Amino acid sequence: MGAIILMVLGALGIAAGFLAAPSTVEESKAMMASHDDGHGDAHGATVSHDNADAGAHAMSAAEHDEHVFHQLQNKPWAALYVAAFFFFMIALGVLAFYAIQRAAQAGWSPLLFRVMEGITSYLVPGGIIVFVILLLSVLHVNHLFVWMDADVVAHDALLQGKSGYLNPTFFLIRAAIFLAGWIAYREYSRKLSLAQDESTDDSNFKLNFRISAAFLVFYLISESIMSWDWIMSVDPHWFSTLFGWYIFASMFVSGITVIAMVTIYLKSKGHLEEVNNSHIHDLAKFMFGISIFWTYLWFSQFMLIWYANIPEEVTYYVTRIQDYNLPFFGMIAMNFLFPVLLLMNSDYKRMNWFVVMAGVVILAGHYMDIFNAIMPATVGDQWFIGIPEIGAVLFFAGLFLFWIFRALASAPLQPKRNPFIEESRHFHY
Amino acid sequence: MASKVIQAFYNDDDVLMHAVKKVKAAKHHIEEVYCPFPVHGLDKAMGLEPTRIAITSFMYGCVGLTVAIVMMNYIMIEDWPQDIGGKPSFSYIENMPAFVPIMFELTVFFAAHLMVITFYLRSRLWPFKKAENPDVRTTDDHFVMEIEVHDNESQLRDLLAGTGAVEINISEKDLH
Repeated sequence: MGAIILMVLGALGIAAGFLAAPSTVEESKAMMASHDDGHGDAHGATVSHDNADAGAHAMSAAEHDEHVFHQLQNKPWAALYVAAFFFFMIALGVLAFYAIQRAAQAGWSPLLFRVMEGITSYLVPGGIIVFVILLLSVLHVNHLFVWMDADVVAHDALLQGKSGYLNPTFFLIRAAIFLAGWIAYREYSRKLSLAQDESTDDSNFKLNFRISAAFLVFYLISESIMSWDWIMSVDPHWFSTLFGWYIFASMFVSGITVIAMVTIYLKSKGHLEEVNNSHIHDLAKFMFGISIFWTYLWFSQFMLIWYANIPEEVTYYVTRIQDYNLPFFGMIAMNFLFPVLLLMNSDYKRMNWFVVMAGVVILAGHYMDIFNAIMPATVGDQWFIGIPEIGAVLFFAGLFLFWIFRALASAPLQPKRNPFIEESRHFHY
Repeated sequence: MASKVIQAFYNDDDVLMHAVKKVKAAKHHIEEVYCPFPVHGLDKAMGLEPTRIAITSFMYGCVGLTVAIVMMNYIMIEDWPQDIGGKPSFSYIENMPAFVPIMFELTVFFAAHLMVITFYLRSRLWPFKKAENPDVRTTDDHFVMEIEVHDNESQLRDLLAGTGAVEINISEKDLH
């Protein structure tokens, strides 16, 4: 099928990722080596290096060196983790969108179900990769999560108080349960969706509706806890009660954007000929609306913490505004201003190239969102978007595209016997 | 100016849609269609221009945002600065997060209310205005298509009779 072309593109992406991967290690080794020599000259290019020195005056020079050394050690891991989670979260966001369409018995979207099912197929490899990274953290191969370090916990009363929940064993058990639940729903719903094509009644469709409604309950709880575990706990002292929603908004809008982009691509290749520009319009409306929803949650979290100004909470934003000024505020422009201004006009939402352009900005913006969530706690002011980060993004982008287009090619792109398929074909606004 | 119009009555929106397309195909100008409920796609079938109310809405939103910024700057920064939560109001930009909800609400308020008022003005609606619809049945279950007559009454009558109209009337009317 036409997807083969993108599979080749995906393979090229993987190749680029693999080519970049050794240079990740080289790069970080070189940085660490030059760091051990005498850290002054190595990071001339690193932003806010001077601030780091100024801020470290309380520590002895040796302690500071040690600290920066750990941050640099974390850097390739953090780059890998951010990219791995970002592409996994796209698939997870699409899964939520798909389950909502199923549970709502939406009439406009059945033509897009196979696209969504194709994207959610990435949950399996993506989920396994994220789980392996988390497992390696627990095994102390990397130090993304400070609370996993028994030495740190021994000297930290707050972490001791949280250890009933935040301990490595329970952490892995939760991750395994959530991943199993998401993948199980995805595979079962996909099976029912394919079975519906061949069946003579609507029983598969009805069962799919029921399991989707039940799944959404499981999803909202598990997604929330996942966001505390996998993202919020890199700052184990800090907490925010709407963090689950905030991450959900990010994955939801990224997922919808990818649905729109994949749909436009497939249509441009001559598949999905029944999809018209009203379907694209609806997806673009979701991109627009959920971008504003994300901003609403981002601002709600920011304003309460900014106003209350409680030291233990406000450090979260102080580090981001001081050390991550450009990515932090740049991300808000990319995730809010761009989609709002580009996608406000109703006619623009029907223009494919406009939706794709806005989509690229949105995806880059939400990568930065995850970057800003993980990096400050793991690499501090040693962040940089260089070869490790771009290499990791390319690698996972390649794997993602390869996997989803393989899944898309494995089944007819238009469901045959979905009871709402007629409505979806005639959908127009 | 009083002029003569022909009014065709329909009792189904599908029939009406087909009639509108047929009349447009015969190159007649449809003066107005009165409906008991909005008929999807009728504006396109009648060849009406797309609405420009979204543009006014955007401009009103900008006005609202500006009003909010100017107002809060005057109230909270210039006229009576206070120290709220250890954040003295010396600069608008530094206290901006506190004003964002107001900026948002006034943007929405201005866009929504002024858009509705614009719609009323543009549609010539005001309190105690006499209803414009030619027949009370258009508020119940009938649709009326109105076409201006220019010495072609019998021709129009034949055309409309062929589109499934349940009743055809001729009346004098003040057109604006």
